[in-house]
Amino acid sequence: MTGLLEPRAIGTSLERLDGRAKVTGTAPYAFEHPVDNGVYLHPVQSSIARGRITAVDATEAEALDGVIAVLTPANAPRLVSGDDRELAVLQSDEVGFRGQFVAAVVAESSEIARQAADMVGVTYDRQPHDTELRADRDDLYAPGVVNPDYPTDTSDGDPDGAFASAAVTIDETYTTPMEHNNPMEPHATVALWAGDALTLYDSTQGPNLVRDGIAGLFGLPADRVRVIAPHVGGGFGSKTLHANVVLAAVAARVVAGRPVKFALTRQQMFSLVGYRTPTIQRIRLGADSDGRLTAITHDVIEQTSRIKEFAEQTAVPTRSMYAAPNRRTTHRLAALDVPVPTWMRGPGECPGMYALESAMDEMALACGLDPVEFRIRNEPDVDPESGLPFSSRNLVACLREGARRFGWERRDPIPAARREDGWLVGTGVAASTFPVIRIPGSAATIRRVHDGRYRVEIAAVDIGTGTWTALTQIAADALDVPVDAVDLQIGDTALPPASVAGGSSGITSWGSAVVDAAREFREKYGPDPEDGDEAGGAMPDNPDTERFAMHAYGAQFAEVRVHADTGEIRVPRLLGVFAAGRIINPRTARSQFVGAMTMGLSMALHEDSVMDPRFGQVANHDFAGYHIATNADIGSIDAIWIEEDDPHVNAMGSKGIGEIGIVGTAAAIANAAHHATGIRIRDLPLTADKYIR
Amino acid sequence: MIPFDYERADDARSAVATVAGRPGAVFLGAGTNLVDHMKLGVANPDLLVDVSRLPFDVIEPLQGGGVRIGATVRNSDLAAAPVIRQRYPMLAAALLAGASGQLRNVATTAGNLLQRTRCVYFQDVTTPCNKRRPGSGCSAVEGYTRDHAILGASPHCVAVHPSDMAVALTALDAVVQVEGPSGPRSLAISDLYRLPGDQPQRDTVLEHGELITAVDLPELPMAARSSYRKVRDRASYAFALVSVAAAVDVVDGVMRDVRIALGGVAHKPWRASRAEEALRGAPAAEDAFRHAADAELTEARPLRDNAFKIPMARNTMVTVLRGLTWEEGR
Amino acid sequence: MDVEMTLRVDGARYRLVVDTRTTLLDALRERLGITSPKKGCDHGQCGACTVLLDGRRATTCLALAVAHDDAEIITANGLAAGEELHPVARAFLDHDGFQCGYCTPGQICSAVGMLDEVEAGWPSHVSEELAGGVELDDEEIRERMSGNLCRCGAYANIVAAIREVAR
Ligand SMILES: Cc1cc2nc3c(=O)[nH]c(=O)nc-3n(C[C@H](O)[C@H](O)[C@H](O)COP(=O)(O)OP(=O)(O)OC[C@H]3O[C@@H](n4cnc5c(N)ncnc54)[C@H](O)[C@@H]3O)c2cc1C
Ligand code: SF4
Ligand code: FES
Ligand code: FES
Repeated sequence: MTGLLEPRAIGTSLERLDGRAKVTGTAPYAFEHPVDNGVYLHPVQSSIARGRITAVDATEAEALDGVIAVLTPANAPRLVSGDDRELAVLQSDEVGFRGQFVAAVVAESSEIARQAADMVGVTYDRQPHDTELRADRDDLYAPGVVNPDYPTDTSDGDPDGAFASAAVTIDETYTTPMEHNNPMEPHATVALWAGDALTLYDSTQGPNLVRDGIAGLFGLPADRVRVIAPHVGGGFGSKTLHANVVLAAVAARVVAGRPVKFALTRQQMFSLVGYRTPTIQRIRLGADSDGRLTAITHDVIEQTSRIKEFAEQTAVPTRSMYAAPNRRTTHRLAALDVPVPTWMRGPGECPGMYALESAMDEMALACGLDPVEFRIRNEPDVDPESGLPFSSRNLVACLREGARRFGWERRDPIPAARREDGWLVGTGVAASTFPVIRIPGSAATIRRVHDGRYRVEIAAVDIGTGTWTALTQIAADALDVPVDAVDLQIGDTALPPASVAGGSSGITSWGSAVVDAAREFREKYGPDPEDGDEAGGAMPDNPDTERFAMHAYGAQFAEVRVHADTGEIRVPRLLGVFAAGRIINPRTARSQFVGAMTMGLSMALHEDSVMDPRFGQVANHDFAGYHIATNADIGSIDAIWIEEDDPHVNAMGSKGIGEIGIVGTAAAIANAAHHATGIRIRDLPLTADKYIR
Repeated sequence: MIPFDYERADDARSAVATVAGRPGAVFLGAGTNLVDHMKLGVANPDLLVDVSRLPFDVIEPLQGGGVRIGATVRNSDLAAAPVIRQRYPMLAAALLAGASGQLRNVATTAGNLLQRTRCVYFQDVTTPCNKRRPGSGCSAVEGYTRDHAILGASPHCVAVHPSDMAVALTALDAVVQVEGPSGPRSLAISDLYRLPGDQPQRDTVLEHGELITAVDLPELPMAARSSYRKVRDRASYAFALVSVAAAVDVVDGVMRDVRIALGGVAHKPWRASRAEEALRGAPAAEDAFRHAADAELTEARPLRDNAFKIPMARNTMVTVLRGLTWEEGR
Repeated sequence: MDVEMTLRVDGARYRLVVDTRTTLLDALRERLGITSPKKGCDHGQCGACTVLLDGRRATTCLALAVAHDDAEIITANGLAAGEELHPVARAFLDHDGFQCGYCTPGQICSAVGMLDEVEAGWPSHVSEELAGGVELDDEEIRERMSGNLCRCGAYANIVAAIREVAR
């Protein structure tokens, strides 16, 4: 990779360009786009987890004043493809999980639609269901690959032999529960057909992904579908293409000419838009007497849905994290009668590093080493997995800088030795990592418009990550103009295509396309173009991806207090130090790091979707039952970063920052809780009951 | 939600008459619990009689030294009232530990008292629940019971009462004033709530059409030294796992009198009478607190997921008592 | 059952017809097209729908519209005086007190209402002295703002923004 952009706007803390619209609440989210003559959809969800629909009685619902249509598997418009059973909405009478759409009502008002949906009678041929993930199941299987295309298992050297002969060993099992993404804006779609053209205002992380998926389902050329998403209220992996979008499009077919408005309720989001699989992870570490790892094994058991496979890559980060000559990782799945799991912020890394970094803490103690020093001692020279050099790897710098700022050197390593005001106090550390991901398929167009301004177009989205602002900064530097000469257009598939906002790949992928377009533009028209001059570009190939292992790194330090009597747990202090390439916008970057750490804290202390195996559904399916951190749960929290010049990753030198902040947080907190109490909890979340004695 | 009629009540009598005369009618306070349940299909009234603007929004002194809290006084106003903060701090603290600022700003005293359990199965009409549909079975007994009862439950229902305010009112021996179709009556708060027994559908002894008009706090000087401690799954905006309201009267290191009530442990706010009994006359000391707490919990029966509530309730009682008597111990 | 009623929102007066079942939030968003208050849970559990209702912060998703005939509502959009943002909104911009922005109008209305409550001397769950005055430190801000969930995790910056305005 050659030619890092010279940073001028890049690296400045430009205020969010969409900020004013956001603080006044005038930025339109999907459901809020004004449409004429809109109608409302409310779905009927299956009350069984497995079986067949034998009859749908819509008579009463249809008779209700204001009801326009009741869609059932018998009368719903046919899709051309039913291969993806999650998306084949109302295409058959099969039920694959509880909460699946089995009918839907379209009505003049949301109140009527909901009332009528309650009146639809569905009868089933119920079959026994199975929704329980256990390690002792006899039907666990190895998927072909894990998300998105990593090998399922890896093995190097003789891990079992090395473990057996190691001077120091630990062998522990860690679990993480089912967790739901729960973006604040519920999934919402407004769907409108005009002839055979469909417009979707959709709350999505991937307008093009939705466009292509929907076009495929309806057998249309992609350009017949337009997806518009200027503002998206978070996604965290859950806002890709799910059955809700398909249902809106199907229903709009039936009332052609009238826009169908469909927002999921918070409760419905617990069965329809994905979640993080629960994991059961066994980790074995062996080390020599100097605390050098000789063996690492990481064996993961997790779940997927019987109707569609999603295999979280939980053990993948372990493959390249620490130097050990003998390593093994495996993934095994149980296919259950449950909704389809999906990406949730930091898929793979987030749960996997919780386990690995907890185990590293246990191992440091077993070796009698400081946990920071123990990690540094096991730092690899090259990627243990591929043997490639790292394009840059500054984990050690993060650990050292974090330790310095956090006051780590004053730490007394003995657990359960400090008490203040009835609270047991401890500190902990964990490492973070996330790969540099680039997703193909992004292009951009740049056009000179009046007054010396440049219109930059790409169907990227801003899901809270700051795309509006950061891409404008990148475009400005790529064109060598001030930021206010750039008019960025995103969030609409009428613009050049963009890859999904996922895998922390947005800026790498979209930014590279914008830079390419700018170079093309300048090459064609020079520094003084005319109004109307236009050039396009696309994310170029990067041969360096074959020559280097590319990852971002970080270290997180936590202070934890556990109430000696009640077991209540608090995190008064959390510090993250990251090495993630060049930072495009420090203001929004810090927000992303801190935001992800906040979500990591939430995962550590609160989040737990409780599957009730009798009903096959999440029992605590709302925000009162499924706790996410409140403001009061967050103490002093900060993120800083280490200057890193990595010429290999992309033209901006950036590595992607949306997810690394959630990786390791839970382990840092669990480790600190152990240091505070002497109690090692290996099953998230870390709730009061687990510390009470 | 099924369609319903809405009326704003002009006075208590006609409100009572209207509701009493129509089986599907209910009173509406701010709606933060009722409307929630209507959306879920848990409550399906056909007439709402809005009593939130009846002229019961005053806090006034009672003859004999107590305080009368009008039924429509908003939770936040009650918590902010100087007389409550000074003379009954446990009540202000309990209110402030509940819900959120924006909910407390609208929620009424009566509505808070009569809010219904947060049992997840009660709120999900696709699962059996004896409280919601008598005779359908209790999904919790063998299900997810982290939030459920350890005291006073029955095989028919193991739910807990969710109100924080009511726990403090129980410790304070509050009296609930009721206007009914056949006239007014007063109920000690401990008589208002019931244990589930074989009629879990009934949270309280109130009859259809009975309107709460006020809650009276008796004169209780010792309540000036009282507090409320809530243990929950996050630092704020969560219902109690366990809570403790307590007031003490300590003279020369001896517990002359004590009031304790527990939340999060039973179908009603739980008056810890056994602990109180054990403590009266006992030294204000850790051992006595522990002994009293254990006495209260001897009959506690945990369910699958909530055995932790026993040590949590015990330790929380001890912590609260320790805090309240701390000055004496110095 | 349909009912005719009046709402005063952000200084304008609206006559509207609502189903008795319509919540105040849906009346604003779906009947009047005023979408500054957001719907995050529809059950009082997130605070995204917070407005100033007759001068106090309140969630609107569990309030029935009919019960609030002639109410005075101020949304985050109505807090601005023309082009000039409300100081709390300005501080949210300065401190990047949001990411996706979906919880933000509710956070801002909540903060404005909360500051009034502090001004009136109301204590909170974390106040050291229930009977005494209030000093709005970070812990107080956090507790008082806990009725507004933010999944993007902007809490730290929200606290910084409010701290600045409160000074
Ligand atoms: C997200 C959330 C979190 C919460 N957290 C807590 C918490 O932590 N602690 C806590 O204690 N509470 C909590 N609450 C509950 C809250 O306190 C109650 O919803 C509120 O107090 C109910 O008051 P209301 O005026 O809105 O009652 P409504 O919902 O209007 O009414 C509740 C019930 O009381 C009846 N009723 C109302 N007024 C009268 C009257 N005068 N006479 C007879 N019957 C009447 C109604 O018919 C209805 O059955 C929470 C609520 C929510 C939504
Ligand atoms: S515990 Fe009570 S409220 Fe809960 S399911 Fe059982 S009967 Fe219903
Ligand atoms: S939408 Fe009203 S509190 Fe969540
Ligand atoms: S800014 Fe996204 S939820 Fe708060």
